[in-house]
Amino acid sequence: MNNLKHPIVALSGNPNTGKSTVFNALTGLNQHTGNWPGKTVTLAAGTFAWQNTTFTVVDLPGTYSLFANSPDEEVARDFILFELPDVTVVVVDATCLERNLNLVLQVLEITPKTVVCVNLMDEAQRQGLVVDTDKLATELGVPAIPCVARSGKGLAALKKAIFNVATGRIATSPRPIRYDPNIEIALAVLTKELSPLAPLLSPRWLALRLLEQDESILQHFLPEDKTSTSSLVMQHPSTTKKVAPWFS
Amino acid sequence: MAAANQDTIIPLSLLPNDSWGEIVAVEIMGPVKRRLLDLGLVPGTKIQFAFSSPLGDPRAYRVRGTLLALRANEAQSIMVRRSEQ
Ligand SMILES: Nc1nc2c(ncn2[C@@H]2O[C@H](COP(=O)(O)OP(=O)(O)OP(=O)(O)O)[C@@H](O)[C@H]2O)c(=O)[nH]1
Ligand SMILES: [Mg+2]
Repeated sequence: MNNLKHPIVALSGNPNTGKSTVFNALTGLNQHTGNWPGKTVTLAAGTFAWQNTTFTVVDLPGTYSLFANSPDEEVARDFILFELPDVTVVVVDATCLERNLNLVLQVLEITPKTVVCVNLMDEAQRQGLVVDTDKLATELGVPAIPCVARSGKGLAALKKAIFNVATGRIATSPRPIRYDPNIEIALAVLTKELSPLAPLLSPRWLALRLLEQDESILQHFLPEDKTSTSSLVMQHPSTTKKVAPWFS
Repeated sequence: MAAANQDTIIPLSLLPNDSWGEIVAVEIMGPVKRRLLDLGLVPGTKIQFAFSSPLGDPRAYRVRGTLLALRANEAQSIMVRRSEQ
């Protein structure tokens, strides 16, 4: 895990939900950009302080999914998986929650250390929509903070929630997504095998990807000669890479 | 197009302008299917043909409160049942 002296926050979300606006509101002028190694995707990083703790925030590309259908999705997914952010914020559009919650559920399968930022609350209100963020938080098992990033509304509450989740003051408890019984049986077997091999990842998430034969994730774990998966833990990038190179 | 029977299952590409359908199946495999599911096109979802580009491909559909552009070959692989909104 990242030392809490230097906690990292990943900002994810569907395209056009106001991630960069949230990022700017959180970090002000304390920003710089850099390239994710091997990919032509530019990431912006910045900092904010809360309760004497300096958080590094990374603005990830907007995606509908984390299934690595595109370089953007792969970068967003790999960051959340391998940089082990202390908190992942999912910025969602309050005017079309239904579509946005797909990504929230995908993130929650990877990490429970998640905060949902329900942005564009002003737009929702204008459309006559009422979003019950308390109920949403209860259903999801993680904080859901109503925000209007463009005017800075809700940003203090968001920082506080990030701090509380990072420090464990708030214990999140996402409800696991249950699959068909035959898949659950396979998952139980795989999860048991995988737990000791990849201690830093959710074994359930990894088992799901193995069942799907997700090549993009297998590549990260297979040793160079690609003949054995016995050294899963040795190949986990986060065991060799602590903090992304663009962070100094 | 004649008013289709409510129970008739047709490809989304044949849904008349402005009318609604309920998705019953996404008959395509691989990453494209994954992407369509990620966009919320799962069985049971209501979808409306909103408008067409000048050449008829792609077309815009309304789904889950947002607009979505789909190519003709994608719309052909999504089976819908005519429905009310
Ligand atoms: N009304 C309103 N508009 C907002 C709010 N937050 C952001 N916006 C606007 O929404 C638009 C998109 O904001 P961005 O911050 O660029 O969104 P993004 O998620 O970074 O977009 P991509 O990086 O392209 O995926 C901009 O025009 C913002 O000014 C908000 O809370 N209320
Ligand atoms: Mg942006």
